[in-house]
Amino acid sequence: MCLSIPARIMSIDGSTAEVSAGGAIFKAGLQMIENARVGDYVLLHAGFAIQKIDEKEALKAIKLFEEIDEII
Amino acid sequence: MKYISEYRNEDLVKKLIALINKSVRRDYTFMEVCGGHTDAIRRFGIPSLLPENIKLISGPGCPICVTGRDFIDKAILYSRMHDAIICTFGDLVRVPGSSSSLEKEKAAGGDIMIVLSALEALEVARTNSKKKIIFLGIGFETTAPGTAVSIEIAQKDNIQNFFLLCAHKIMPPAMETLIKEGTKLDGFICPGHVATITGSDIFNFIAERHKLSCVVSGFEPTDILQSIFMLIQQVNQKKAEVEIQYSRAVTHKGNVIAQKHMSQVFETCDELWRGFGVISDSGLKLRRNYEKYDVEKIMPLNIKFEEEDSLCICGDILRGLKTPDECPLFSIECVPENPTGACMVSNEGACNTWYKYRQYE
Repeated sequence: MCLSIPARIMSIDGSTAEVSAGGAIFKAGLQMIENARVGDYVLLHAGFAIQKIDEKEALKAIKLFEEIDEII
Repeated sequence: MKYISEYRNEDLVKKLIALINKSVRRDYTFMEVCGGHTDAIRRFGIPSLLPENIKLISGPGCPICVTGRDFIDKAILYSRMHDAIICTFGDLVRVPGSSSSLEKEKAAGGDIMIVLSALEALEVARTNSKKKIIFLGIGFETTAPGTAVSIEIAQKDNIQNFFLLCAHKIMPPAMETLIKEGTKLDGFICPGHVATITGSDIFNFIAERHKLSCVVSGFEPTDILQSIFMLIQQVNQKKAEVEIQYSRAVTHKGNVIAQKHMSQVFETCDELWRGFGVISDSGLKLRRNYEKYDVEKIMPLNIKFEEEDSLCICGDILRGLKTPDECPLFSIECVPENPTGACMVSNEGACNTWYKYRQYE
């Protein structure tokens, strides 16, 4: 139920966006996020974009993983 | 797919497993309290990758599973009104009520529609002005803001045939109840999408008051393994903190706009959780300004709550006391096609995931 999937904003019409997740297009309410732009990645949950995905943080986590080699 | 495939990388998984193996020093029990985590852990076979002294148990984080049977019974009674259309998330239709399910009612001619969002239910209301549209509001802090937004739009656009049957719940009181009832744990894999809305700070009381480690986790294999590693480190260092692993979506304070929608429309109330009974201030009900959308206020029902089947152990499973394979009905009488308990219905229920991914074999 609390499943949310990363989706890319394809177009915006007022407070509704069309988003693409894994090739499927869904409608997403934008009432909970600010400054949504086409191309942004959001978390889609039950028909709403509930958060913009923070690209910097996403990259940071990956980078951290890549550095694991040095720890082991 | 961006933001998914990077977190399913085999090499990274292997590295994390090596790190975990290197850091274990004792037995650990961690509970995931989100149905999404329950599904991901079983789907990706996480337990089979971990050393044997790490035990993962499922908690009360599947909203379908913790919804009381009386809610289903009420929804069924409303669906039998000639001018009503029930709009519901798909997971709910197969949950058994006392004597029927929404799926059976639909087969018998009941007007029951599956929707993907509360906004879709609102559209059904706009296009069926002579019908009463009753949206079944279930879900935790992740889902409740969407219901709140749709109620606000109904108010603004003066839509008078849209109603809510509400069983929205909030997570922290159930987590506290578990701890107080003595479920043995070393830490929580905290629900990432609840925290996306609420912020990770709502779990601070667990670390501060109950001295349990918490890591707010994402939902991909490397997310979950990294969270487990972070929990092990906390336990080893005798720390109890709330850490955020899922930092691409979660902050300390969360989505403030969503929180505003939620608190504008809802206030907390005592709420019945399957397996727990009533937990005080753990549910959400419409505030007085929005009572005209509360179907139970506008069209009250009088139904008697009936006891659950005594053999079904969903209640103990939801409290992390038992695992699905300990249930005498599991995979014999109770299967996804013909579920006895709600944990077998939902895709994220512990029993359903154990059955689907054959974890018991």
